[in-house]
Amino acid sequence: MTGLLDIVRSVDDPELPHLTIGDLGMVRDVAVDGRIARIRITPTYTGCPATEQIRADVEAAVIDAGYEPVVEFEMAPPWSTDDISPEGRAKLHAAGIAPPAPTGDGPVSLDLPVPCPQCGSRRTRLTSAFGATACKALHVCDACRQPFESFKAI
Amino acid sequence: MAADLFTHVLRQGDRALVLSHRLAQWITHAPTLEEDVALANISLDLLGQARHLFTYAGELEGEGHDEDHFAYWRDASEFRNPLLVEQPNGDFAVTIARQVFHDQAAVLYWESMSDSGDTTIAALAVRARNETAFHLQHSAGWLIRLGDGTDESRRRAQAAVDAMWPFTSELLGADDEGALRADGLIGESIESTWQVAVADILLEAGLERPTSIEQRTGGLHGAHSEHLEPLLHEMQGLARAHPGATW
Repeated sequence: MTGLLDIVRSVDDPELPHLTIGDLGMVRDVAVDGRIARIRITPTYTGCPATEQIRADVEAAVIDAGYEPVVEFEMAPPWSTDDISPEGRAKLHAAGIAPPAPTGDGPVSLDLPVPCPQCGSRRTRLTSAFGATACKALHVCDACRQPFESFKAI
Repeated sequence: MAADLFTHVLRQGDRALVLSHRLAQWITHAPTLEEDVALANISLDLLGQARHLFTYAGELEGEGHDEDHFAYWRDASEFRNPLLVEQPNGDFAVTIARQVFHDQAAVLYWESMSDSGDTTIAALAVRARNETAFHLQHSAGWLIRLGDGTDESRRRAQAAVDAMWPFTSELLGADDEGALRADGLIGESIESTWQVAVADILLEAGLERPTSIEQRTGGLHGAHSEHLEPLLHEMQGLARAHPGATW
């Protein structure tokens, strides 16, 4: 069901309106059986308050497409910022949000300066690991003197 | 009696929920706007972890209880959180000392659970571990700045460390979970790693590590300090006054 999969993937993330849940790598599977569409989605940050809104938006999109939705949230394997697609990373950058660094296997590190999404300089500082939403950190660029957000790698 | 997996998951959920509520009490009271946002974010992460843990506890229990049941419809004696997380916020140093001790334990706990034989907890553990690493970075950074700051900040930081220390042993595991460990459902003991890691943070902060303070325990078995009940009264009041209310 490529058509329905594309519809589900194109649902907007409520807190990052320029990104879809497909860009974020949240859609695991869409299976259609008669009129029933079974959608498997993986949640991102455990405390993300957008999760319930995403469920409602996916259900509405599936109903619009003429199916009865059954939306299931799936924990395993766990979501990671590495699941964000190249398109998603490009959209983050275009929106002025520095995309997440690759997570790798080591401990979470914020030591490497994040490149400024506005001017590209690496002369940036972390000002707070906690920003306006659970997924973002706050930085300031010493080159262009602008504050910016980054998507936290988890 | 040996604790079952349900009890273990409930203890973890209660730990996360109660500390989440304590941190939420800082909102609009934190020393700076950035700190207000940071404590709110950490609170929200813990609330998210609690919700997943309660939902899973309900599945393990098999009596049809959802996350709201565990959060809103149990009394203090039914809560299984360690005593540390229910301790009042005190001044900012107390909140930070409490948070450092908790976050270091939580990082090690979730790390140890990513190999759990229980796939639901193992999947949650990977994400919770990464979130908690940010919390520890934040709280340990503050404790180091307070300990290494002015005479007054150092005095308060040491008083806070001394005040929270008696509640730390319960963070490092329960005395009745040996069977869960033998079955591979929970990981190895985090105690020695925690002791070393916390000693390192205190050393960098220039603070003394308390040695001869007697430990207080009981929360994991439902014997709480006098501070839990008022917290639950505040947290549960709305849900109990309007059962089943929705937005």
